[in-house]
Amino acid sequence: MSITYDKTHPIPMPPILWDNKGFWDGVAKHELVFQKCKECGNWVHPPRPFCPKCRSLEKEWARSSGKGTVYSWVTYRESPHPAFKAPYSVVLVELKEGMRLVSNLVDIKPEEICIGMPVEVVFDDISESLILPKFRKAV
Amino acid sequence: MTVMRSIKNKTAIVGIGMSKFSRDSQRTELYLACQTIKAALDDAGLTPEDIDGLVKQTDDASDEHAITSSMGMGNLTYFGECRWNGAPCAMVMRAAMGVAAGAANYIVVYRAVNGASKRRMIPSMRTSGQMSTSDLLQWTFHAPFGHMSEVGRVAMIVRRYMHEYNIKSDQFGCVPVVCREHGAKNPNGMFYKKPVTIEDYRKSKMIVEPLRKLDCYEEADAAVALVVTTAERAKDLKQRPAYVLGVSQNMVLETEELNTYYRSPVAAFSEMAQVGKKIFSMSGVAHKDIDCVQLDDSYGPFVPMQLEALGFCKRGEGVDFCKGGDRIRSGGELPLNTSGGSLGEGHIYGMNHIVEAVRQIRGISTAQVKDAELVLVASGAGGPASGLILGGK
Repeated sequence: MSITYDKTHPIPMPPILWDNKGFWDGVAKHELVFQKCKECGNWVHPPRPFCPKCRSLEKEWARSSGKGTVYSWVTYRESPHPAFKAPYSVVLVELKEGMRLVSNLVDIKPEEICIGMPVEVVFDDISESLILPKFRKAV
Repeated sequence: MTVMRSIKNKTAIVGIGMSKFSRDSQRTELYLACQTIKAALDDAGLTPEDIDGLVKQTDDASDEHAITSSMGMGNLTYFGECRWNGAPCAMVMRAAMGVAAGAANYIVVYRAVNGASKRRMIPSMRTSGQMSTSDLLQWTFHAPFGHMSEVGRVAMIVRRYMHEYNIKSDQFGCVPVVCREHGAKNPNGMFYKKPVTIEDYRKSKMIVEPLRKLDCYEEADAAVALVVTTAERAKDLKQRPAYVLGVSQNMVLETEELNTYYRSPVAAFSEMAQVGKKIFSMSGVAHKDIDCVQLDDSYGPFVPMQLEALGFCKRGEGVDFCKGGDRIRSGGELPLNTSGGSLGEGHIYGMNHIVEAVRQIRGISTAQVKDAELVLVASGAGGPASGLILGGK
């Protein structure tokens, strides 16, 4: 099910580092980008300094189709943090390009969630300083 | 495949010490560590002066110098750490390598945690600047989506496992039921005389679906210490030695601690599979000869997944293997976690599993397997893993 927030508590956002900054810069522009190796074309997520396939340091932030399927999902019945109101679901999305991304679903009924469900990215402008890439059921 | 045949049968666990499991020890972790190390030394027939090596877990609050100064260990020639949930068997490996190489004669391995009263996992801790770079890189992709608890991280893997092999969540119930059955016989554990039924399991509340409360370990205050020495020295000590026949640790591409989401397959413990290959190969032992297993049961569904990874059954057959509990209970063909393990005795990060393996070999378990000679221990399912085969001969 979709996630709802208790706005009196900030959503935890760990500091962004040089290696993953490109991802979050993309999100700020409503673009879903991932690290892609310039040498061999391998998509790398989570971002790493090297391409683990060809060990190249040459990489770019390339745009993903934003389309994929639900690879796995869970529903938190107890909230681990006061910002998040339980119950809510967290999904692991497998994008068409092969990367997997932890996220939330929007506009979804709990009984609709299943592994293999086609989804597409949407951007949730939560506050001026926080935008999150989320997914909705693809038509 | 490189296996450490050179140290097979050359070292042994000769002393064990364990505190009570409680929800509030009212003692510092250092106190628990020292008390438990003393118990292990008494058990082995050694004194602190004999100890010249220590192996600790990285996250453990009791540093080596605090132990040596408290206990009067005057001349340490070997010390170091192992990290992750998969540290326990790897710590024995470090100790075994240390004594086999002659870097030290008697090495103590210890772990002392006030897990219930002091150190409950506080998610906000993980957003602080205290994390390593690699953890931070991951955490930005999990925390803002509310994916913050360890149970949640594990549940994601378990859901995928259920999907791939058409498993219903209540089929995992036999693991906690059997662990609590064994724990109910163990006066030192947290669940002495407190068995649960499959009906209790079905009614147990969901924490993070598909995981119920009874699937998850409870935090405890506890400590464990082990003494490791060479097989030669072991002969002169008080107890029947538990010889290290096979030991290994493992990490593969895209290993993460309980969130191995970025590789295929997600629903398989690749590290544990590698550990299994090495410890069976090193020891020369066959699966059918293992008398009982002490597996990582910090989360119940880890057990069928480990049985698959370690080769006790085929991929996807772990749940069937555990069905009804008859194979894995005391008296069955492969008794599991005979002290109760994390779910039925208490959680001290898998260290009690090694103590129980030693007890089985000595013949003093509260759910003793008749004439147990070969016991397998595994730690760190779902992350950097380690494993151990102990033998009485």
